[in-house]
Amino acid sequence: MELKEKLVSSFLAFENTVDIDTSVHDIRSHAIKVFEEKGFPTKKEEAWKYTSLNSILKHDYSIFPKEENALEFTDIKKYILYDLDTYKIVFIDGKYSSHLSETTHDKIDVCLMSSALTHDRYKPIIDNYFNTVAREDGITSLNTAFSSEGAYIYISKNKLADKPIQIIHFSTGTESAQLLQPRNLIVVEENSHVQIIERHQSLTDNPVLTNSVTEIFVDKRAHIDYYKIQNDHENASLIDNTFIQQQAQSIASVHTFAFGGNVTRNNLNFYQKGEGIDSILNGITIIEGKQHVDHNTLVHHTEPNCESHQDYKGIFDEKSTGVFNGKIIVNKKAQKTNAFQSNNNILLSDKATINSKPQLEIFADDVKCSHGCTIGQLDEQALFYMRSRGIGKKEARALLMYAFANNVLESVKIPQLKQRINKLIANKLGVDIGFDV
Amino acid sequence: MAYTEDDLKKELETKEYEYGFYTDIESDTFPVGLNEDIVRAISKKKNEPQWMTDWRLEAFRMWEQMEEPEWANVQYEKPNFQDISYYSAPNKKPKYESLDEVDPELLDTFKKLGISLDEQKKLAGVAVDIVMDSVSVATTFKETLAEKGIIFCSISEAIQEHSELVKKYIGSVVPQKDNFYAALNSAVFSDGSFCYIPKGVRCPMELSTYFRINQAGTGQFERTLVVADQGSYVSYLEGCTAPSRDENQLHAAVVELIALDDAEIKYSTVQNWYPGNAEGKGGVFNFVTKRGLCETNAKISWTQVETGSAVTWKYPSCVLKGNHSVGEFYSIAVTNNYQQADTGTKMIHLGKNTKSTIISKGISAGKSQNSYRGLVQINSRATNARNFSQCDSLLMGNECGAHTFPYIEAKNKTAQIEHEATTSKIGEDQIFYCNQRGIDTEKAIALIVNGFSKEVLNKLPMEFAVEAQKLLEISLEGSVG
Repeated sequence: MELKEKLVSSFLAFENTVDIDTSVHDIRSHAIKVFEEKGFPTKKEEAWKYTSLNSILKHDYSIFPKEENALEFTDIKKYILYDLDTYKIVFIDGKYSSHLSETTHDKIDVCLMSSALTHDRYKPIIDNYFNTVAREDGITSLNTAFSSEGAYIYISKNKLADKPIQIIHFSTGTESAQLLQPRNLIVVEENSHVQIIERHQSLTDNPVLTNSVTEIFVDKRAHIDYYKIQNDHENASLIDNTFIQQQAQSIASVHTFAFGGNVTRNNLNFYQKGEGIDSILNGITIIEGKQHVDHNTLVHHTEPNCESHQDYKGIFDEKSTGVFNGKIIVNKKAQKTNAFQSNNNILLSDKATINSKPQLEIFADDVKCSHGCTIGQLDEQALFYMRSRGIGKKEARALLMYAFANNVLESVKIPQLKQRINKLIANKLGVDIGFDV
Repeated sequence: MAYTEDDLKKELETKEYEYGFYTDIESDTFPVGLNEDIVRAISKKKNEPQWMTDWRLEAFRMWEQMEEPEWANVQYEKPNFQDISYYSAPNKKPKYESLDEVDPELLDTFKKLGISLDEQKKLAGVAVDIVMDSVSVATTFKETLAEKGIIFCSISEAIQEHSELVKKYIGSVVPQKDNFYAALNSAVFSDGSFCYIPKGVRCPMELSTYFRINQAGTGQFERTLVVADQGSYVSYLEGCTAPSRDENQLHAAVVELIALDDAEIKYSTVQNWYPGNAEGKGGVFNFVTKRGLCETNAKISWTQVETGSAVTWKYPSCVLKGNHSVGEFYSIAVTNNYQQADTGTKMIHLGKNTKSTIISKGISAGKSQNSYRGLVQINSRATNARNFSQCDSLLMGNECGAHTFPYIEAKNKTAQIEHEATTSKIGEDQIFYCNQRGIDTEKAIALIVNGFSKEVLNKLPMEFAVEAQKLLEISLEGSVG
C-alpha cells in the first residue's frame, strides 16, 4: 500500500488513541483532509524542485510508536550535552522517556505536548496558539493530523529560562522502518528569554523518517535562540518544519547545523507581526556521501523597521547535494526594512551539486534588501602558503573550511554547544586540531 | 515650485503613449482561428517547400498537446488563440529598390517613429529590413552586404533561396516543442529575419530590424535566425514600437542565434510595445523565446532595453557548448503603471573554461511589477566555469514591486559563481546632494536613473543608444536626461 493511503486509513485507528471531543481534534480532522487532498510534495512543486522524497517514501513505515525501548544514559551520553546543566525532553521512538528527561513546571513549563493537549490548565494556551502559524501544506498537515506528542515549552512574562532546554529524539530500530512525527509548541511571552537545542538521532541502520513541526511564538521584546543539530545516521531522513511568529521588538535566531542524514529538508519560516523585530537565520552544512540537505527559508516582513539576517554556509563533498532556497517578502507597509541574505558554498568534488535560489519579493520602496550567493573552491594560494609552512594538506584544508564557516559558529551563544559543534566539524573534516574557543 | 517625486509620479501616470497611431494600409488577413488548415494555408501563401510545411505541422501538433505556462510572476487574461488572425500582409508589395517607390503612408509612419528610412540610410550605414505586419516590404543596403557574401533577408525569402541553411539551423537552438509559445511560433510564424555571416567576415555595419504590430487583432509571430560562421562577427539590432490598441495583442517571437567557432554575435533589443494606458487597459503581451548557441571560443552578447508591453515574459539565453565560449546578458527593464515584466536570462555552461556575465537593472514605477528570473547552470563537465551576476532593482513609489528569482545550479567543483542582488530606492541624500549643487529634483532623478542604467546603456551600439534614451524617456518621462 502506498504510504499516503496507509496514513490516511491509519487516521481512524489513531482516533481511538486520543480524545476526539476537543477543538484540537477538529484541527486534526481538517488536517487529514488537507493531506489527503495535497499528499506528499513532488518535484513538480516549485518549492520542492530540487528535493525528491520518492526514495524515502518507498519504505513501509510503521506509523505508531510501540512500547518504550529502554535506553541507558551511557548509551546516549555522547549525543547530549551532558557537561551542561539543561532541562531535557527525551523521546525514544516517539515515546517520552521519563527517566532520561528533566522537565519542570517551576515558573516555566517545560513538558510534553501530550499532557498539554489533554490537561485543562493548558487549554487557553493551546486554544490560542496551537496550529495558528503552521502552514496548510501537505507535509505540515500530515503532522498536524497525527499531532499528539512532542515538546511543550511555555515561558510566561518577564521570565528568564534558568538553563537551556534540550529536545532529543532517538530511534532505536524496533521497527523495520519508523515514521516519527513530533509536534512542538514553544511560547515565549513578553520580555522573556529561552535557549533551546534540538537534535534527532537514529541509533539503528533501519530507515527512519522524521516529519517534525515546531511552532514558536515570540511575544514583545522576547528573545529566543534555537539550535538544531542534524548529524544523523545515513538512513535517517528529516523533514523539519518550523514556523516562527514574532511580535514587536522581539529577537529570534535559529541556527541549523546540518552535518548528515539521508535527506534533510529544513522548512524555516519567519513571520514578523510587529515593528523593530530582528530575525536571524544561520546555517552550516557540511556533508558528503550521497547526503542531501535542503534549506528552504522564508522571512515575511509585514511591518516597518524590521530586520532579518540570513547566513548559510555549505561545504559539499563526494556525491552530496545541497539546496538553498531562501525567500524574503517585504510587504508594502514594511518600509525601512533591512533584509540580508547570504549563501556561500564550497564544492569539493565534481560529483557534488549545489542548487541555490535566493529570492527577493519586494513591494515597499524604502528598504535595503540584498542577497548574495557564491559557489567556489578553496584558495590554492592560501593552501600553498600553509603547506609551505609545514601544515599538512588535510589540516590546511580543514583550517580554511573552518575559517569559511567561522562567522556562523561565532554566533552560537552557549560555549559548551559551540565546543561540541567545533568537535563535530573537526570530526567531519577528519582532522584532530583543537579549534577551541 | 520644487519638483518632487510626487510630481514625477503624476507626470508618469498621465504621460500617454506618444507613438499610438494607426496606419491604414489594406492588408489581406486570414480568418481568425487556428487549425491545421490555417497552418497549411500560411505555408502555401508563402510558397514554402514541403519540408517547411511539415515542420510547421509537426510544431502545431506538439503545440496542441501543450499547456500555457503559469509559473511566471505575471497575471493576465490568457489570450484566446482561436480569436487571433494568424496572417496578415500589406497588400501592395512590390520589391522596392529606392525609397521613392515606397508607399508614402508607410514612410510617414516611420517618420513618426523617428526612424525615417532616408535618414537611416544616411546615418552610419544601418541597413534596415522593415517588417510591417509580418511581411518584409523594404530591404536596403542589401547589395553592399551581398558583396561580402552576407545574407540578410526576410526568413520567407531565405526559405526560398537559402533553403539548405535554414533547414540546417532552424529549430536547432529553440526546438519546436521547447515551450508553449515557441511551438506556437514554429507553427504559424509569418515572417522574420534571416542573417548569415560567412567564415571570417566581419559585418561592416549594424544590422537592424524594426517590428511593428499594425493590423487590429493580428498577432505577430516573428522568427529570427542569425548564423555567424567561423570567425565572423555581427552586431544585430532589433527595436519595436506599436500603435495603441485597447484589446490585448499577442507577440510570440522566437530568436535563434548560432555562433560557430570563434564567431561573435551581439544582439541588441529596444522593446517599446504599447504598454497599455494608465489604468492598465490594453497593451501588448510579449512572450518571447530567445536563445543562442556558442561553439568553441564563440561569444554571444544580449543587450536589451525593455520599456514597453503590458506583460513581458522573456529570457534571452546562452548555451555555452564550446570550450572557452562566453555569454553576456545586459538588461534594463522599466515598468510603469500596471506593466508586468518577468525577464532574465539562462546561462547554461557545458564547455570548459566558459564564462558568463549577467547585469540586470530593473526600474519599477507606478503600480508595476518587475521580476528578474535567471538560471546559471554549471554542468559536471564544465570545468573552470565562471559566472558573475548582478541584479539591481530601483523602486519609485511604494505601489510597485521588485522581485528576484535567481536559480543557481552547480555540478562542478571548479565552478566559480557569484550572484548579488540589491533593491533600493533613490536616496533622499542623493537628491539632496544634487539639489545643493543647483540641480533640480527632476534632473537629479534623471541623473541617478541614468547612472543606475549606465552599465547597460554603454553596451548598446552608438546608433541605438540614442534611440534607447528616447524610448526610456517615454516610460519615465522627466526622469531620464
